[in-house]
Amino acid sequence: MASHYEAPIRKPLVLGDRDYHDVSVDIARPVETRANRQWWIVFTIAFVAFLWGIGCIIYTISTGIGTWGLNKTVGWAWDITNFVWWVGIGHAGTLISAVLLLFRQKWRMAINRSAEAMTIFSVVQAGLFPIIHMGRPWLGYWVLPIPNQFGSLWVNFNSPLLWDVFAISTYLSVSLVFWWTGLLPDFAMIRDRAVKPFQKKIYSLVSFGWSGRAKDWQRFEEVSLVLAGLATPLVLSVHTIVSFDFATSVIPGWHTTIFPPYFVAGAIFSGFAMVNTLLIIMRKVCGLEAYITVQHIELMNIIIMITGSIVGCAYITELFIAWYSGVEYEQYAFLNRATGPYWWAYLLMMTCNVVSPQIMWFKKIRTSIIVSFIISIVVNVGMWFERFVIIVTSLHRDYLPSSWTMFSPTYVDIGIFVGTIGFFFTLFLLYARTFPVIAQAEVKSILKSSGEKYKKLRDAGQPLYQIQKTATIREKVAEDQSLPSEGSKKEVADLLGAIGVFDAKRETPDDLKRIKGIGPQMEQTLNQIGIFTFAQVGKMTEKEYNLLDSITGSFPGRAQRDDWAGQARGLNNSK
Amino acid sequence: MATKVIHAYYNDDDVLMHAVKKVKAAKHPIEEVYCPFPVHGLDKAMGLAPTRIAITSFMYGCLGLAVAIVMMNYIMIQDWPQDIGGKPSFSYVENMPAFVPIMFEMTVFFAAHLMVITFYLRSRLWPFKKAENPDVRTTDDHFIMEIGVDGNEKELKALLRDTGAVEINSIEK
Repeated sequence: MASHYEAPIRKPLVLGDRDYHDVSVDIARPVETRANRQWWIVFTIAFVAFLWGIGCIIYTISTGIGTWGLNKTVGWAWDITNFVWWVGIGHAGTLISAVLLLFRQKWRMAINRSAEAMTIFSVVQAGLFPIIHMGRPWLGYWVLPIPNQFGSLWVNFNSPLLWDVFAISTYLSVSLVFWWTGLLPDFAMIRDRAVKPFQKKIYSLVSFGWSGRAKDWQRFEEVSLVLAGLATPLVLSVHTIVSFDFATSVIPGWHTTIFPPYFVAGAIFSGFAMVNTLLIIMRKVCGLEAYITVQHIELMNIIIMITGSIVGCAYITELFIAWYSGVEYEQYAFLNRATGPYWWAYLLMMTCNVVSPQIMWFKKIRTSIIVSFIISIVVNVGMWFERFVIIVTSLHRDYLPSSWTMFSPTYVDIGIFVGTIGFFFTLFLLYARTFPVIAQAEVKSILKSSGEKYKKLRDAGQPLYQIQKTATIREKVAEDQSLPSEGSKKEVADLLGAIGVFDAKRETPDDLKRIKGIGPQMEQTLNQIGIFTFAQVGKMTEKEYNLLDSITGSFPGRAQRDDWAGQARGLNNSK
Repeated sequence: MATKVIHAYYNDDDVLMHAVKKVKAAKHPIEEVYCPFPVHGLDKAMGLAPTRIAITSFMYGCLGLAVAIVMMNYIMIQDWPQDIGGKPSFSYVENMPAFVPIMFEMTVFFAAHLMVITFYLRSRLWPFKKAENPDVRTTDDHFIMEIGVDGNEKELKALLRDTGAVEINSIEK
């Protein structure tokens, strides 16, 4: 089929013999099953860190910013470092979902949902820092241009800090609606599979009544495309504006025109590293290795390598321009960075960000999962130190040598930072258990072009589909016809002989409605025949299905198609 | 709207596309197709009009830009002009470079949010809205073509069976 053609040289993006239904089952599994021990352990650690962070935030707000390690010379340190670090991490999500959508990169579909979740959660962390740093966060609304009791006292639209308010809030809210709109069909899938009434209610609520009409899909695709078109310049503008916080000042080391592109590249660099960190764990924990393949990790590693090289170029350009400008203050700022008391931070930044991604030139290394994971952590450490170096080393030795000083964080600084990491992982872990972590509708739409099953069929020259003219025509959708007829005693005996008789004394009946395709009426029919447990249904084969069809006289072929036996075995095992 | 409709179930997007074309060619009215994922070219095959939602987004963006200009002109130039950092507020045009970031952000903000709200309202999507897909399998792996019955029902059913439908149900609406 020409419409699903993809060059044979491209490796499959969905591994294994998977069809559309398998995708639903795989993506719904983490939501439908219970969390395991590891999840609870990691969640508890993250939650404790979050609580510590809350404690430190409460202490800061009730006592004052004096609880931080800031001093007269270094008036900005960990707070803004953490802010820029978190915003930067967020950028990869938008890049994957928007820029790669515009470039029609199919591999983004397995990772965009989680990357966008990461964006939203990390921008939430970023937003906390300016709000805490206000000192009186309940007056946070003062950053908005609203009429007030002070007459014509307005916010200053010339200030990059105010641009940040607009940029970050636009970014957060637009990312959120982009994410949620994409989630609607996937929430609907989970809603339609849900068996527990509470789950059904929640997923009905969050799926906004998505029904999947052709017109809805047409609009959905157009909206996704336009949002991607809007989010692409938006994401570039956000970190550009963050860099303006520094670049529009006249501090040596900050006052450079290279900052906007350099910050954007750094943001994508650190964001992809964080995506790698999260997804390498998630694919393992949620059993999604067939969707988030080694090829995905390799492609992300290549982006990390490229953006890391851009960042390296920017570092060297900065040094060159400082020397070339002939401005001695600028020259000293960079000399001090590399050889002053913070040389170790500068060295750490250079090693982690410039040297470490270069090993990705080797295919063996960039396809190694463990190395990718280590590098992703190293890069995020390096990117945190980049911001620390830019901010603290530019400030700690200002124009007046008598006020030169060092910065050391207090336990409150550290606590708030660790707390945001805990908050971030708390949110992400909750997300991983309740949300469809892969955009399953989109994955299904590329399954025929990029799924291993269909690629193999195409390579073998076999058709991807067959038109079978065997449908049964029914006058009314009615399960009430499915009561066993009187003359079928022999079939019932045969059927029970094959799958075993239910012993009411030893066994308890299962909720057969949990099997997809069995409604309340069908369950009643099965009970009348004498089928009560998953174990019984699990033993059914072609022959038993046919017997069942001849007994009930309805639903021919549906049990095979829905694979009742396979489902029942799964349910029986997880009972 | 016909009171009697036929739901033809398909379990493959390619089969569905062929079926839509055949049913369309036989001049039976396709009232709706429910899909678990976007099928490219389905809207054209069904004869749906192209969506105009991108145009609304453009207009919302223009509105956002206008709001940003009016707001900043009023606040920074008209209401309380100040000399900040040696840069007096002369006129909007002269001071505009400093206003570009927010003009851009407001454009994006309006274009994105109002377009999404328009989409939700037009496609009738909101919290507490009841889903209207006729079978839960349409969000998993089945496609349902809903065809209005006017005239020869038997012929239509035979046609649907030939197109590879896996289930065919008549429904009184």
